[in-house]
Amino acid sequence: MGISHRISRREFCGAGAATVAALAFPLPAFAQSAARVVVIGGGFGGASCARALKAIDPKLQVTLVEPNKTFIACPFSNNVIAGLRSIEEQQFGYDKIAAGGVTVVAQAATAVNAAARTVSLADGTSLAYDRLVLSPGVDLRFDALQGYNEAAAAKMPHAWKAGEQTLLLRKQLEAMDDGGLVVIAAPANPFRCPPGPYERACLIAHYLKTKKPRSKLLILDAKDTFSKQRLFQNAWKELYPGMIEWVSLSQGGKVNAVDAATNTLITDFGNHTAQVANVIPPQRAGRIAEIAGATDKTGWCAIDPVTFESKSAPNIHVIGDACLAGAMPKSAFSANAQAKVCAAAIATLISGGTPATPKLINTCYSLAAPGYGISVAGVYHPKNGLLADVEGAGGVSPADAPREFRTREADYAQSWFATITAEVFG
Amino acid sequence: MKALCVAVAIATVMASSPPVLAASEPPPGAASCSGCHTSGAAAATTSVSRLYGRDAGDIMTAMTGFRDGSLPATVMNRIAKGFTDDELRAIAAWLAAQK
Repeated sequence: MGISHRISRREFCGAGAATVAALAFPLPAFAQSAARVVVIGGGFGGASCARALKAIDPKLQVTLVEPNKTFIACPFSNNVIAGLRSIEEQQFGYDKIAAGGVTVVAQAATAVNAAARTVSLADGTSLAYDRLVLSPGVDLRFDALQGYNEAAAAKMPHAWKAGEQTLLLRKQLEAMDDGGLVVIAAPANPFRCPPGPYERACLIAHYLKTKKPRSKLLILDAKDTFSKQRLFQNAWKELYPGMIEWVSLSQGGKVNAVDAATNTLITDFGNHTAQVANVIPPQRAGRIAEIAGATDKTGWCAIDPVTFESKSAPNIHVIGDACLAGAMPKSAFSANAQAKVCAAAIATLISGGTPATPKLINTCYSLAAPGYGISVAGVYHPKNGLLADVEGAGGVSPADAPREFRTREADYAQSWFATITAEVFG
Repeated sequence: MKALCVAVAIATVMASSPPVLAASEPPPGAASCSGCHTSGAAAATTSVSRLYGRDAGDIMTAMTGFRDGSLPATVMNRIAKGFTDDELRAIAAWLAAQK
Protein backbone atom coordinates (compact mmCIF):
# COMPACT_ATOMS: atom_id res chain seq x y z
CA MET A 1 0.00 0.00 0.00
CA GLY A 2 2.77 2.38 1.00
CA ILE A 3 4.25 2.18 -2.43
CA SER A 4 1.63 4.48 -3.92
CA HIS A 5 2.83 7.29 -1.69
CA ARG A 6 6.42 6.91 -2.70
CA ILE A 7 6.11 8.67 -6.03
CA SER A 8 9.54 9.13 -7.52
CA ARG A 9 10.58 12.49 -8.86
CA ARG A 10 10.51 11.13 -12.39
CA GLU A 11 7.00 9.72 -12.12
CA PHE A 12 5.79 12.96 -10.58
CA CYS A 13 7.26 15.02 -13.41
CA GLY A 14 5.80 12.63 -15.92
CA ALA A 15 2.33 12.93 -14.43
CA GLY A 16 2.71 16.71 -14.26
CA ALA A 17 3.73 16.92 -17.87
CA ALA A 18 0.74 14.84 -18.92
CA THR A 19 -1.61 17.15 -16.99
CA VAL A 20 -0.09 20.22 -18.62
CA ALA A 21 -0.41 18.61 -22.01
CA ALA A 22 -4.05 17.78 -21.35
CA LEU A 23 -4.77 21.37 -20.34
CA ALA A 24 -2.91 22.78 -23.32
CA PHE A 25 -4.84 20.60 -25.74
CA PRO A 26 -8.37 20.14 -24.44
CA LEU A 27 -10.27 17.46 -26.31
CA PRO A 28 -12.53 19.71 -28.47
CA ALA A 29 -9.39 21.23 -29.99
CA PHE A 30 -8.79 17.98 -31.85
CA ALA A 31 -12.06 18.37 -33.69
CA GLN A 32 -11.12 21.91 -34.72
CA SER A 33 -7.53 21.43 -35.84
CA ALA A 34 -6.75 18.29 -37.78
CA ALA A 35 -6.49 15.29 -35.50
CA ARG A 36 -3.49 13.06 -36.10
CA VAL A 37 -3.85 9.32 -36.57
CA VAL A 38 -0.75 7.21 -37.05
CA VAL A 39 -1.16 3.69 -38.45
CA ILE A 40 1.73 1.24 -38.05
CA GLY A 41 1.82 -1.59 -40.57
CA GLY A 42 0.90 -1.45 -44.26
CA GLY A 43 -0.79 -4.82 -44.74
CA PHE A 44 -4.46 -5.56 -45.32
CA GLY A 45 -5.36 -4.10 -41.91
CA GLY A 46 -3.20 -1.00 -41.69
CA ALA A 47 -3.44 0.12 -45.31
CA SER A 48 -7.24 -0.37 -45.25
CA CYS A 49 -7.52 1.60 -42.02
CA ALA A 50 -5.40 4.52 -43.26
CA ARG A 51 -7.50 4.79 -46.41
CA ALA A 52 -10.80 4.41 -44.56
CA LEU A 53 -9.85 7.14 -42.07
CA LYS A 54 -9.09 9.54 -44.89
CA ALA A 55 -12.31 8.60 -46.71
CA ILE A 56 -14.46 9.13 -43.61
CA ASP A 57 -12.88 12.46 -42.69
CA PRO A 58 -10.49 14.03 -45.24
CA LYS A 59 -9.39 16.56 -42.63
CA LEU A 60 -7.70 13.91 -40.52
CA GLN A 61 -3.90 13.84 -40.71
CA VAL A 62 -3.28 10.18 -41.41
CA THR A 63 0.23 8.73 -41.46
CA LEU A 64 0.97 5.16 -42.52
CA VAL A 65 4.26 3.80 -41.17
CA GLU A 66 5.56 0.86 -43.20
CA PRO A 67 9.23 0.15 -43.89
CA ASN A 68 8.67 -1.97 -47.00
CA LYS A 69 8.05 -0.16 -50.30
CA THR A 70 6.29 -3.22 -51.69
CA PHE A 71 3.67 -5.27 -49.90
CA ILE A 72 3.66 -8.98 -50.70
CA ALA A 73 0.26 -10.54 -50.00
CA CYS A 74 -0.05 -13.91 -48.25
CA PRO A 75 -3.45 -14.94 -49.67
CA PHE A 76 -2.81 -16.90 -52.89
CA SER A 77 0.89 -17.28 -52.01
CA ASN A 78 0.27 -21.03 -51.70
CA ASN A 79 -0.39 -20.90 -55.45
CA VAL A 80 3.08 -19.37 -55.88
CA ILE A 81 4.59 -22.24 -53.87
CA ALA A 82 2.81 -24.72 -56.14
CA GLY A 83 4.05 -23.00 -59.30
CA LEU A 84 0.57 -21.83 -60.28
CA ARG A 85 1.16 -18.10 -59.89
CA SER A 86 4.00 -15.58 -60.03
CA ILE A 87 5.15 -13.69 -56.96
CA GLU A 88 4.67 -10.45 -58.91
CA GLU A 89 0.91 -11.01 -58.77
CA GLN A 90 1.21 -10.82 -54.99
CA GLN A 91 2.96 -7.45 -54.95
CA PHE A 92 1.37 -4.09 -54.26
CA GLY A 93 2.69 -0.56 -53.68
CA TYR A 94 1.61 2.44 -51.64
CA ASP A 95 1.57 5.14 -54.35
CA LYS A 96 -2.23 5.27 -54.67
CA ILE A 97 -2.64 5.40 -50.90
CA ALA A 98 -0.20 8.33 -50.76
CA ALA A 99 -1.98 10.03 -53.68
CA GLY A 100 -5.19 9.87 -51.63
CA GLY A 101 -3.72 12.11 -48.96
CA VAL A 102 -2.24 9.56 -46.56
CA THR A 103 1.34 10.39 -45.56
CA VAL A 104 3.27 7.19 -46.17
CA VAL A 105 6.49 6.99 -44.13
CA ALA A 106 8.86 4.23 -45.27
CA GLN A 107 10.38 3.65 -41.86
CA ALA A 108 10.17 1.00 -39.18
CA ALA A 109 8.51 2.06 -35.94
CA THR A 110 10.92 1.32 -33.11
CA ALA A 111 9.10 2.61 -30.01
CA VAL A 112 5.77 3.94 -28.80
CA ASN A 113 5.42 6.32 -25.88
CA ALA A 114 1.77 5.86 -24.91
CA ALA A 115 1.86 8.64 -22.28
CA ALA A 116 3.36 11.25 -24.62
CA ARG A 117 1.50 9.76 -27.60
CA THR A 118 4.51 9.58 -29.87
CA VAL A 119 5.95 6.92 -32.17
CA SER A 120 9.73 6.72 -32.66
CA LEU A 121 11.02 5.74 -36.08
CA ALA A 122 14.22 3.93 -37.09
CA ASP A 123 15.71 7.13 -38.55
CA GLY A 124 15.54 8.83 -35.13
CA THR A 125 12.53 11.03 -35.89
CA SER A 126 9.20 10.73 -34.13
CA LEU A 127 5.51 11.19 -34.94
CA ALA A 128 2.91 12.61 -32.57
CA TYR A 129 -0.59 11.13 -32.58
CA ASP A 130 -4.01 11.59 -31.07
CA ARG A 131 -4.91 7.98 -31.90
CA LEU A 132 -2.55 5.20 -32.89
CA VAL A 133 -3.52 2.10 -34.88
CA LEU A 134 -1.28 -0.96 -34.69
CA SER A 135 -1.63 -3.46 -37.51
CA PRO A 136 1.73 -5.19 -37.25
CA GLY A 137 0.64 -8.68 -38.26
CA VAL A 138 2.44 -11.60 -36.68
CA ASP A 139 5.98 -12.30 -35.59
CA LEU A 140 7.13 -15.88 -35.96
CA ARG A 141 8.30 -17.28 -32.64
CA PHE A 142 11.84 -18.42 -33.19
CA ASP A 143 12.00 -19.42 -29.50
CA ALA A 144 9.14 -21.92 -29.57
CA LEU A 145 10.52 -25.00 -31.37
CA GLN A 146 13.93 -26.13 -30.27
CA GLY A 147 16.38 -25.62 -33.13
CA TYR A 148 13.99 -23.53 -35.22
CA ASN A 149 15.56 -20.08 -35.41
CA GLU A 150 15.99 -17.66 -38.32
CA ALA A 151 19.03 -19.55 -39.59
CA ALA A 152 17.03 -22.80 -39.59
CA ALA A 153 14.24 -21.05 -41.53
CA ALA A 154 16.69 -20.51 -44.40
CA LYS A 155 16.89 -24.33 -44.66
CA MET A 156 13.40 -25.30 -43.49
CA PRO A 157 11.22 -22.43 -44.74
CA HIS A 158 8.11 -21.30 -42.89
CA ALA A 159 6.80 -19.38 -45.92
CA TRP A 160 4.30 -17.81 -43.51
CA LYS A 161 5.30 -14.31 -44.56
CA ALA A 162 5.11 -14.00 -48.30
CA GLY A 163 8.26 -13.14 -50.25
CA GLU A 164 11.69 -14.79 -50.23
CA GLN A 165 10.43 -17.58 -48.00
CA THR A 166 7.62 -18.36 -50.46
CA LEU A 167 10.10 -18.61 -53.32
CA LEU A 168 12.51 -20.69 -51.23
CA LEU A 169 9.85 -23.31 -50.55
CA ARG A 170 8.88 -23.33 -54.24
CA LYS A 171 12.55 -23.82 -55.28
CA GLN A 172 12.99 -26.67 -52.82
CA LEU A 173 9.92 -28.43 -54.23
CA GLU A 174 11.19 -27.93 -57.77
CA ALA A 175 14.61 -29.33 -56.81
CA MET A 176 13.19 -32.38 -55.02
CA ASP A 177 13.42 -35.79 -56.70
CA ASP A 178 10.26 -37.72 -57.48
CA GLY A 179 9.46 -39.96 -54.54
CA GLY A 180 10.57 -37.43 -51.93
CA LEU A 181 8.85 -36.69 -48.63
CA VAL A 182 7.45 -33.20 -48.00
CA VAL A 183 6.56 -32.41 -44.38
CA ILE A 184 4.43 -29.50 -43.22
CA ALA A 185 4.53 -28.73 -39.48
CA ALA A 186 1.33 -26.89 -38.48
CA PRO A 187 1.09 -24.90 -35.22
CA ALA A 188 -1.52 -24.85 -32.47
CA ASN A 189 -4.16 -22.12 -32.44
CA PRO A 190 -4.20 -19.18 -32.69
CA PHE A 191 -2.12 -18.40 -35.77
CA ARG A 192 -2.33 -16.46 -39.01
CA CYS A 193 -4.65 -18.00 -41.63
CA PRO A 194 -6.12 -21.10 -39.92
CA PRO A 195 -6.92 -22.97 -43.18
CA GLY A 196 -3.54 -22.00 -44.71
CA PRO A 197 -1.47 -25.10 -43.89
CA TYR A 198 -4.16 -27.40 -45.32
CA GLU A 199 -4.67 -25.38 -48.49
CA ARG A 200 -0.89 -25.48 -48.83
CA ALA A 201 -0.94 -29.27 -48.47
CA CYS A 202 -3.53 -29.45 -51.26
CA LEU A 203 -1.66 -27.22 -53.68
CA ILE A 204 1.72 -28.83 -53.00
CA ALA A 205 0.02 -32.21 -53.56
CA HIS A 206 -1.36 -30.85 -56.82
CA TYR A 207 2.19 -29.96 -57.88
CA LEU A 208 3.53 -33.35 -56.77
CA LYS A 209 0.72 -35.27 -58.48
CA THR A 210 1.45 -33.40 -61.70
CA LYS A 211 5.25 -33.41 -61.63
CA LYS A 212 6.48 -35.92 -59.02
CA PRO A 213 3.67 -38.44 -58.53
CA ARG A 214 5.61 -40.93 -56.37
CA SER A 215 6.15 -38.29 -53.66
CA LYS A 216 4.32 -38.07 -50.33
CA LEU A 217 3.18 -35.22 -48.11
CA LEU A 218 3.00 -35.53 -44.34
CA ILE A 219 1.30 -32.94 -42.11
CA LEU A 220 2.51 -32.98 -38.51
CA ASP A 221 -0.06 -31.04 -36.51
CA ALA A 222 -0.02 -29.52 -33.02
CA LYS A 223 -3.83 -29.76 -32.86
CA ASP A 224 -6.61 -32.31 -33.24
CA THR A 225 -9.00 -30.30 -35.38
CA PHE A 226 -8.55 -27.61 -38.02
CA SER A 227 -10.44 -25.15 -40.19
CA LYS A 228 -12.66 -26.63 -42.95
CA GLN A 229 -11.34 -30.03 -41.84
CA ARG A 230 -13.99 -32.28 -43.40
CA LEU A 231 -13.86 -30.39 -46.70
CA PHE A 232 -10.09 -30.61 -46.86
CA GLN A 233 -9.99 -34.27 -45.90
CA ASN A 234 -12.65 -35.10 -48.50
CA ALA A 235 -10.63 -33.20 -51.11
CA TRP A 236 -7.45 -35.07 -50.16
CA LYS A 237 -9.22 -38.41 -50.72
CA GLU A 238 -10.91 -37.28 -53.91
CA LEU A 239 -8.04 -35.41 -55.55
CA TYR A 240 -4.84 -36.83 -54.07
CA PRO A 241 -5.60 -40.40 -52.95
CA GLY A 242 -2.79 -41.93 -50.90
CA MET A 243 -0.59 -38.86 -51.15
CA ILE A 244 -1.39 -36.79 -48.03
CA GLU A 245 -1.15 -38.10 -44.47
CA TRP A 246 -2.28 -35.97 -41.53
CA VAL A 247 -0.94 -36.75 -38.05
CA SER A 248 -2.96 -35.02 -35.34
CA LEU A 249 -1.76 -33.89 -31.92
CA SER A 250 -3.23 -36.97 -30.22
CA GLN A 251 -1.53 -39.20 -32.79
CA GLY A 252 1.81 -37.62 -31.90
CA GLY A 253 1.87 -34.93 -34.58
CA LYS A 254 3.19 -32.06 -32.49
CA VAL A 255 6.68 -31.02 -33.58
CA ASN A 256 8.80 -30.06 -30.55
CA ALA A 257 12.16 -29.56 -32.18
CA VAL A 258 13.92 -29.59 -35.52
CA ASP A 259 17.42 -30.36 -36.74
CA ALA A 260 18.04 -28.10 -39.71
CA ALA A 261 21.34 -29.82 -40.57
CA THR A 262 19.52 -33.07 -41.38
CA ASN A 263 16.06 -31.61 -42.25
CA THR A 264 14.57 -33.59 -39.38
CA LEU A 265 11.38 -32.80 -37.46
CA ILE A 266 11.20 -34.24 -33.96
CA THR A 267 7.99 -35.22 -32.16
CA ASP A 268 7.42 -37.12 -28.91
CA PHE A 269 6.87 -40.25 -30.99
CA GLY A 270 9.75 -40.13 -33.41
CA ASN A 271 11.77 -38.32 -36.04
CA HIS A 272 10.75 -37.49 -39.58
CA THR A 273 13.46 -36.63 -42.06
CA ALA A 274 12.06 -34.68 -44.98
CA GLN A 275 13.36 -33.83 -48.42
CA VAL A 276 11.41 -30.58 -48.07
CA ALA A 277 10.40 -29.37 -44.61
CA ASN A 278 7.94 -26.50 -44.23
CA VAL A 279 7.92 -25.51 -40.57
CA ILE A 280 5.12 -23.10 -39.61
CA PRO A 281 6.08 -22.10 -36.08
CA PRO A 282 3.85 -20.63 -33.34
CA GLN A 283 3.29 -16.89 -33.66
CA ARG A 284 2.54 -13.77 -31.67
CA ALA A 285 1.61 -10.15 -32.38
CA GLY A 286 4.23 -8.13 -34.26
CA ARG A 287 6.92 -6.82 -31.93
CA ILE A 288 5.80 -3.17 -31.90
CA ALA A 289 2.57 -4.24 -30.17
CA GLU A 290 4.56 -5.57 -27.22
CA ILE A 291 6.77 -2.45 -27.19
CA ALA A 292 3.60 -0.32 -27.08
CA GLY A 293 2.29 -2.27 -24.09
CA ALA A 294 -0.64 -3.65 -26.05
CA THR A 295 0.07 -7.39 -25.68
CA ASP A 296 -1.06 -9.64 -22.86
CA LYS A 297 0.60 -12.79 -21.53
CA THR A 298 -0.48 -14.73 -24.62
CA GLY A 299 1.61 -12.45 -26.85
CA TRP A 300 -1.52 -11.16 -28.60
CA CYS A 301 -3.51 -7.95 -28.08
CA ALA A 302 -6.78 -7.84 -26.16
CA ILE A 303 -9.12 -5.22 -27.64
CA ASP A 304 -12.49 -3.60 -27.10
CA PRO A 305 -14.76 -5.27 -29.68
CA VAL A 306 -16.54 -2.00 -30.54
CA THR A 307 -13.54 0.29 -31.11
CA PHE A 308 -10.60 -2.14 -31.34
CA GLU A 309 -8.91 0.01 -28.68
CA SER A 310 -6.33 -1.90 -26.68
CA LYS A 311 -7.49 -3.07 -23.26
CA SER A 312 -4.08 -2.19 -21.83
CA ALA A 313 -2.85 0.81 -23.84
CA PRO A 314 -5.23 3.80 -24.09
CA ASN A 315 -5.58 5.63 -27.43
CA ILE A 316 -3.95 2.67 -29.17
CA HIS A 317 -6.11 0.47 -31.40
CA VAL A 318 -5.03 -2.95 -32.64
CA ILE A 319 -6.47 -4.64 -35.74
CA GLY A 320 -5.71 -7.64 -37.92
CA ASP A 321 -3.73 -10.74 -37.05
CA ALA A 322 -2.17 -9.11 -33.95
CA CYS A 323 -5.45 -8.65 -32.07
CA LEU A 324 -7.50 -11.15 -30.12
CA ALA A 325 -10.72 -10.80 -32.07
CA GLY A 326 -12.62 -13.60 -30.33
CA ALA A 327 -14.31 -15.83 -32.90
CA MET A 328 -12.94 -13.89 -35.89
CA PRO A 329 -10.09 -15.77 -37.55
CA LYS A 330 -6.77 -14.14 -38.42
CA SER A 331 -7.40 -13.50 -42.10
CA ALA A 332 -6.88 -10.70 -44.61
CA PHE A 333 -10.67 -10.39 -44.91
CA SER A 334 -10.99 -10.00 -41.13
CA ALA A 335 -8.17 -7.43 -41.02
CA ASN A 336 -9.84 -5.37 -43.76
CA ALA A 337 -13.27 -5.56 -42.11
CA GLN A 338 -11.83 -4.67 -38.70
CA ALA A 339 -9.88 -1.77 -40.25
CA LYS A 340 -13.04 -0.15 -41.59
CA VAL A 341 -14.90 -0.54 -38.28
CA CYS A 342 -11.89 0.75 -36.35
CA ALA A 343 -11.53 3.77 -38.68
CA ALA A 344 -15.20 4.70 -38.21
CA ALA A 345 -14.89 4.33 -34.43
CA ILE A 346 -11.75 6.50 -34.33
CA ALA A 347 -13.41 9.22 -36.43
CA THR A 348 -16.40 9.15 -34.10
CA LEU A 349 -14.24 9.26 -30.97
CA ILE A 350 -12.22 12.18 -32.33
CA SER A 351 -15.42 14.12 -33.07
CA GLY A 352 -16.56 13.49 -29.50
CA GLY A 353 -19.21 10.88 -30.29
CA THR A 354 -19.89 7.35 -29.12
CA PRO A 355 -19.07 4.61 -31.66
CA ALA A 356 -21.99 2.44 -32.72
CA THR A 357 -21.97 -1.28 -31.97
CA PRO A 358 -20.60 -2.93 -35.10
CA LYS A 359 -21.18 -6.18 -36.94
CA LEU A 360 -18.37 -7.73 -38.92
CA ILE A 361 -18.12 -10.41 -41.57
CA ASN A 362 -15.33 -12.76 -42.51
CA THR A 363 -15.12 -14.95 -45.59
CA CYS A 364 -12.08 -17.13 -46.28
CA TYR A 365 -11.65 -19.11 -49.46
CA SER A 366 -9.18 -21.95 -49.87
CA LEU A 367 -8.26 -23.84 -53.00
CA ALA A 368 -8.03 -27.61 -52.84
CA ALA A 369 -6.86 -27.52 -56.47
CA PRO A 370 -7.08 -25.02 -59.32
CA GLY A 371 -10.81 -24.57 -59.97
CA TYR A 372 -11.78 -26.27 -56.67
CA GLY A 373 -12.66 -23.74 -53.98
CA ILE A 374 -14.08 -24.11 -50.47
CA SER A 375 -15.00 -21.41 -47.99
CA VAL A 376 -15.74 -20.58 -44.39
CA ALA A 377 -17.76 -17.51 -43.45
CA GLY A 378 -18.91 -15.90 -40.23
CA VAL A 379 -20.81 -12.89 -38.91
CA TYR A 380 -19.60 -11.41 -35.62
CA HIS A 381 -20.83 -8.98 -33.00
CA PRO A 382 -19.56 -7.76 -29.62
CA LYS A 383 -20.74 -10.00 -26.79
CA ASN A 384 -19.37 -10.16 -23.26
CA GLY A 385 -16.40 -8.01 -24.26
CA LEU A 386 -15.39 -10.19 -27.20
CA LEU A 387 -16.31 -10.57 -30.85
CA ALA A 388 -18.63 -13.58 -30.90
CA ASP A 389 -20.27 -15.54 -33.70
CA VAL A 390 -23.80 -14.42 -34.51
CA GLU A 391 -25.62 -17.66 -33.81
CA GLY A 392 -27.21 -19.38 -36.77
CA ALA A 393 -24.98 -17.60 -39.28
CA GLY A 394 -21.75 -18.61 -40.93
CA GLY A 395 -20.21 -22.02 -41.50
CA VAL A 396 -18.37 -23.85 -44.23
CA SER A 397 -19.27 -24.87 -47.77
CA PRO A 398 -21.57 -27.90 -47.95
CA ALA A 399 -19.73 -31.23 -47.86
CA ASP A 400 -21.92 -32.77 -50.55
CA ALA A 401 -21.82 -29.92 -53.07
CA PRO A 402 -21.39 -30.75 -56.77
CA ARG A 403 -18.11 -29.93 -58.46
CA GLU A 404 -19.74 -26.94 -60.19
CA PHE A 405 -20.19 -25.38 -56.72
CA ARG A 406 -16.45 -25.82 -56.02
CA THR A 407 -15.65 -24.23 -59.39
CA ARG A 408 -17.78 -21.21 -58.56
CA GLU A 409 -16.15 -20.82 -55.15
CA ALA A 410 -12.70 -20.99 -56.79
CA ASP A 411 -13.84 -18.23 -59.12
CA TYR A 412 -15.13 -16.18 -56.17
CA ALA A 413 -11.78 -16.66 -54.44
CA GLN A 414 -10.03 -15.03 -57.40
CA SER A 415 -12.63 -12.25 -57.45
CA TRP A 416 -12.17 -11.65 -53.73
CA PHE A 417 -8.42 -11.22 -54.13
CA ALA A 418 -8.83 -8.81 -57.06
CA THR A 419 -11.47 -6.79 -55.21
CA ILE A 420 -9.83 -6.56 -51.82
CA THR A 421 -6.40 -5.67 -53.18
CA ALA A 422 -8.05 -2.98 -55.35
CA GLU A 423 -9.86 -1.59 -52.32
CA VAL A 424 -6.72 -1.58 -50.19
CA PHE A 425 -3.96 -0.66 -52.66
CA GLY A 426 -5.53 0.17 -56.04
CA MET B 1 -27.28 30.29 -68.34
CA LYS B 2 -28.66 31.51 -65.06
CA ALA B 3 -29.91 28.01 -64.25
CA LEU B 4 -26.48 26.62 -65.01
CA CYS B 5 -24.88 29.19 -62.67
CA VAL B 6 -27.27 28.22 -59.91
CA ALA B 7 -26.56 24.55 -60.49
CA VAL B 8 -22.82 25.18 -60.38
CA ALA B 9 -23.23 27.25 -57.21
CA ILE B 10 -25.20 24.46 -55.52
CA ALA B 11 -22.68 21.87 -56.64
CA THR B 12 -19.86 24.03 -55.27
CA VAL B 13 -21.59 24.46 -51.92
CA MET B 14 -22.24 20.71 -51.71
CA ALA B 15 -18.66 19.88 -52.63
CA SER B 16 -17.17 22.24 -50.07
CA SER B 17 -19.52 21.45 -47.19
CA PRO B 18 -17.79 19.55 -44.39
CA PRO B 19 -18.34 15.80 -44.32
CA VAL B 20 -21.06 14.71 -41.94
CA LEU B 21 -19.68 11.64 -40.24
CA ALA B 22 -23.00 10.20 -39.15
CA ALA B 23 -24.46 10.39 -42.65
CA SER B 24 -21.61 8.56 -44.35
CA GLU B 25 -20.95 6.03 -41.62
CA PRO B 26 -22.00 2.56 -42.72
CA PRO B 27 -24.60 0.77 -40.57
CA PRO B 28 -23.49 -2.37 -38.69
CA GLY B 29 -22.11 -4.96 -41.12
CA ALA B 30 -22.15 -2.78 -44.25
CA ALA B 31 -18.44 -1.93 -44.24
CA SER B 32 -17.57 -5.61 -44.66
CA CYS B 33 -19.37 -6.00 -48.01
CA SER B 34 -16.64 -4.30 -50.03
CA GLY B 35 -14.23 -7.08 -49.05
CA CYS B 36 -15.76 -9.08 -51.92
CA HIS B 37 -18.09 -6.66 -53.75
CA THR B 38 -16.19 -3.94 -55.60
CA SER B 39 -16.52 -0.44 -54.20
CA GLY B 40 -14.15 1.65 -56.31
CA ALA B 41 -14.63 2.60 -59.94
CA ALA B 42 -11.03 1.51 -60.62
CA ALA B 43 -11.63 -1.97 -59.29
CA ALA B 44 -11.06 -4.99 -61.46
CA THR B 45 -14.03 -6.58 -63.20
CA THR B 46 -15.00 -9.73 -61.37
CA SER B 47 -17.82 -12.24 -61.26
CA VAL B 48 -19.03 -10.84 -57.93
CA SER B 49 -21.71 -8.19 -58.35
CA ARG B 50 -21.13 -4.55 -57.50
CA LEU B 51 -23.52 -3.30 -54.79
CA TYR B 52 -22.83 0.41 -54.58
CA GLY B 53 -25.65 2.38 -56.19
CA ARG B 54 -27.87 -0.70 -56.60
CA ASP B 55 -31.56 -0.45 -55.84
CA ALA B 56 -32.13 -0.92 -52.10
CA GLY B 57 -35.24 -3.01 -52.68
CA ASP B 58 -33.32 -5.39 -54.97
CA ILE B 59 -30.58 -5.82 -52.36
CA MET B 60 -33.20 -6.46 -49.67
CA THR B 61 -35.02 -9.02 -51.84
CA ALA B 62 -31.75 -10.83 -52.56
CA MET B 63 -30.63 -10.89 -48.93
CA THR B 64 -33.95 -12.14 -47.55
CA GLY B 65 -34.02 -14.75 -50.34
CA PHE B 66 -30.51 -15.91 -49.45
CA ARG B 67 -31.44 -16.00 -45.79
CA ASP B 68 -34.54 -18.17 -46.17
CA GLY B 69 -32.97 -20.37 -48.83
CA SER B 70 -35.40 -19.44 -51.62
CA LEU B 71 -32.50 -18.00 -53.64
CA PRO B 72 -29.54 -20.27 -54.35
CA ALA B 73 -26.16 -19.13 -53.01
CA THR B 74 -22.67 -20.36 -52.23
CA VAL B 75 -21.73 -18.14 -49.29
CA MET B 76 -24.34 -15.36 -49.09
CA ASN B 77 -26.87 -17.69 -47.43
CA ARG B 78 -24.43 -18.22 -44.56
CA ILE B 79 -23.82 -14.47 -44.25
CA ALA B 80 -27.45 -13.31 -44.64
CA LYS B 81 -28.45 -15.45 -41.64
CA GLY B 82 -26.42 -13.14 -39.43
CA PHE B 83 -28.68 -10.12 -40.00
CA THR B 84 -32.18 -9.05 -38.98
CA ASP B 85 -34.65 -7.39 -41.38
CA ASP B 86 -33.92 -3.98 -39.85
CA GLU B 87 -30.19 -4.46 -40.23
CA LEU B 88 -30.58 -5.60 -43.83
CA ARG B 89 -32.78 -2.62 -44.66
CA ALA B 90 -30.18 -0.22 -43.24
CA ILE B 91 -27.36 -1.95 -45.12
CA ALA B 92 -29.34 -1.97 -48.39
CA ALA B 93 -30.19 1.74 -48.06
CA TRP B 94 -26.57 2.62 -47.32
CA LEU B 95 -25.22 0.56 -50.24
CA ALA B 96 -27.78 2.12 -52.57
CA ALA B 97 -26.64 5.59 -51.53
CA GLN B 98 -22.96 4.89 -52.27
CA LYS B 99 -21.48 5.88 -55.61
